[in-house]
Amino acid sequence: MTNAGDAVARLVRDEGTRVLATLIRVTGSVDVAQDATQDAVVRALQSWSGDGVPDNPRAWLLVTAKRRAIDILRREARRAGKEAEAMITDAMITDAEPAGDDLLRLVFTCCHPALAVEAQVALALRTLGGLSTAEVARALLVPEPTMAKRLTRAKQKIAQARIPYRVPPDDELPARLAGVAATVYLIFNEGYAAGSGEALVRVALTAEALRLARMLADLMPDEPTVLGLLALLLLHDSRRAARLDAAGRPVLLADQDRSRWQAGSIKEGVSLVGRALRRSPSPNSYVLQAAIAACHALSPSYAATNWDAVVSWYDVLLTVEDTPVTRLNRAVAVSERDGPAAALSLVDAIEGLSAYPWWHATRAELLRRLGRADEARTAYENALAQNLSAPQADHLRRRLTDL
Amino acid sequence: MPSYLALTYTADVDWTEPEQAAELAEYREFMAAAGAVVQGGKALYPTATATTVRVAGGKGGDVLTTDGPYAETKEALTGYYLLECADLDEAVRVAAKLPAAWNGAVEVRPIIDFGG
Repeated sequence: MTNAGDAVARLVRDEGTRVLATLIRVTGSVDVAQDATQDAVVRALQSWSGDGVPDNPRAWLLVTAKRRAIDILRREARRAGKEAEAMITDAMITDAEPAGDDLLRLVFTCCHPALAVEAQVALALRTLGGLSTAEVARALLVPEPTMAKRLTRAKQKIAQARIPYRVPPDDELPARLAGVAATVYLIFNEGYAAGSGEALVRVALTAEALRLARMLADLMPDEPTVLGLLALLLLHDSRRAARLDAAGRPVLLADQDRSRWQAGSIKEGVSLVGRALRRSPSPNSYVLQAAIAACHALSPSYAATNWDAVVSWYDVLLTVEDTPVTRLNRAVAVSERDGPAAALSLVDAIEGLSAYPWWHATRAELLRRLGRADEARTAYENALAQNLSAPQADHLRRRLTDL
Repeated sequence: MPSYLALTYTADVDWTEPEQAAELAEYREFMAAAGAVVQGGKALYPTATATTVRVAGGKGGDVLTTDGPYAETKEALTGYYLLECADLDEAVRVAAKLPAAWNGAVEVRPIIDFGG
């Protein structure tokens, strides 16, 4: 495809998401809206590549999709022997521009807590991301019929249980926003955890999550959770090129070639952290995680890291999110600041991580640094006995043989 | 207006026993506070009084009864409420005020409107 063709495809996709969001509101049906928008998108791709993009592409898509939606509703009504005109609301005729709030409505409906997390992820990718069912299935490593069923069930629940299509009221917003952020973060991690050798569509999930986070930041430019989420994703993503070696094996943060980190993403991420901190009335988990990532991103080398600052950010993070994994990560920062002995006693005091490979692996590294090789060996073996991806297990095995 | 059934799952208590009076009063308060959203609601006798009915060999076959509830679960179905709400969010808000929500769980199910 030519560059101009790419640009048209991108434009159609972005505007298509907005048009879909509006059509769901005016038709009250995700299915009808999806079919109608899909049809309008295909027409746009055909006619815009030849005749050029119209002055107002969004309005063009909306009018085309609405006509199609009315056709679909008339046909469905005929089949059911019902009066079609009752289903065609005024909003379907009058709305000329998609409302900005529609996209947010779609976000909150897709990420509604009454839907299972897997359903939220699938719906977000399908409707907000504009991926086909087959693409969503491939990206999430699920057979296509299973994914089709999952999406159908989710859409049925939205319709039958009447999950509302609206932005939650202010008192519910923080909790609901945290749910949205968790879903986007999950999508990012699905792609981030995938190795370089894996299907590209899986790795593309990180780009998809970034697109969603960017969209949220455009829609809610003053929400710390959203700014923190985008910052966190950008800062993680900035290390992408350096986190795997030529053989596709993970490279530790300490050993990564920092010249391969993406300066542009770091700059944007760090500035977002600043914006988010200025807008946080109270500590916010995503902003704090992004602040920690920013400490690493801004340090010229691992040795030069400001561990005092990192440990302090973790201390604040623990006040809002006291989880065993956060404690473990804090202990790693303490080991760099105060040495392995101080960190080991912290790690040993964490409960509930005996099935978490990185708890054992962290103990192993600390014991190695303390010269306690036998105990380190046992800890590596315990780590290897847990569930690990092949490259992760490889890495730990190499550390074990190095002992 | 969509309607929902809120099924309360809690310890398999006998609501007629005097020691349940305090909790029963909480359910009455819920009914009074909820107003028109709650269209009705009843408490059920414990699962020890349940009889499960099956007809063997299809319609018209032998009626088989077994003592006890259809499904044995840790928490038992102990009551139900009929709700009329604008959407699921409102139904969840109402269900969250039922004492069963913190003493057990409340299952919210949309009721089909066949238009009849």
